[in-house]
Amino acid sequence: MAEPATIAALKALFPDVSFSEFRGQTRAVVPRRSIYQVLQTLKDRFAFDLLVDVTCVDYLHYRGAKDRFGLVYLLANTQTNERIIVRTFVNDPEPTVPSVVGLWEGANWLEREVWDLFGIRFEGHPDLRRIVLPEEFTAHPLRKDYPLQGRGERHNFPVITRAKS
Amino acid sequence: MAVELPDNVVVTKLDKLVSWCRKNSLWPMPYATACCGIELMATGASRHDLARFGAEVFRFSPRQCDLLIVAGRVVMKMLPVLQRIWLQMHEPKWCISMGACASTGGVFDTYSVVQGIDRFIPVDMYVPGCPPRPEQLMQAIIDLQEKIQRGGTMFGREFDAPQRQRPPKALREN
Repeated sequence: MAEPATIAALKALFPDVSFSEFRGQTRAVVPRRSIYQVLQTLKDRFAFDLLVDVTCVDYLHYRGAKDRFGLVYLLANTQTNERIIVRTFVNDPEPTVPSVVGLWEGANWLEREVWDLFGIRFEGHPDLRRIVLPEEFTAHPLRKDYPLQGRGERHNFPVITRAKS
Repeated sequence: MAVELPDNVVVTKLDKLVSWCRKNSLWPMPYATACCGIELMATGASRHDLARFGAEVFRFSPRQCDLLIVAGRVVMKMLPVLQRIWLQMHEPKWCISMGACASTGGVFDTYSVVQGIDRFIPVDMYVPGCPPRPEQLMQAIIDLQEKIQRGGTMFGREFDAPQRQRPPKALREN
């Protein structure tokens, strides 16, 4: 969890960020427009030097959810062992957030994975390609409106018979 | 005029002799992608000792193998690799689909897992189990040996049989 002094300083800097705590984990919900600024401040002024993970949640059909995608950044300060969860929400069409590869180099593949599976575009990413699925895949399968068994991608291959081999 | 053969001469068909040689020197190509691969390793190791059936020479190049053992689920990104490995193996060659996942997709009925490798490459033996025990894999190898001995021919005419040329039926999704 983050130190109370850190949270107080962040509250003073960003009045529109809401903080909450659950089982010793500090969570900050940031409006989409100031996400890059908040992350930059966390890195440069509060020394959150490790980006643990970038991931995403699809809130389609989720009870009480107002936004479609929740983007999650897990940060850690390796000097003080503080941890903070930064969240923001994006919506269809064209869900886009600024890339943080400029802040943490390790965000490169994490953002590529989120793009691959959820189709969230990271503006300013140096190399936004698919990372897990094959290049020719057209969908983003971890979205809730993608069918579990796919759209026939798993059967779209030539058949090799004894005659052909 | 009958030919008198001495007692130490045995007459057989060349097909039988060749098949006998082939079945006792199956060189497996391990295509192990999941927990079935661990059982495959156990089968090759000292306790179960696949060498008793002449199939202990695991080669990691398809050019040197004649038995493809697909152990584990195959995802759609790996299927082109599997097909290429199969095409690179020399004739005569056989394929064992080991475990529920390789044979049917198993519990992984998702967009990325191929629902049975027999949809895309020929398969000679299926081994049920999740994962199968080494005994089951050995039974499959013994059965395959019997199949080779029974139907094998020197120039692989048995592979030209019409029922072995047909592509699998259930290719469409419902």
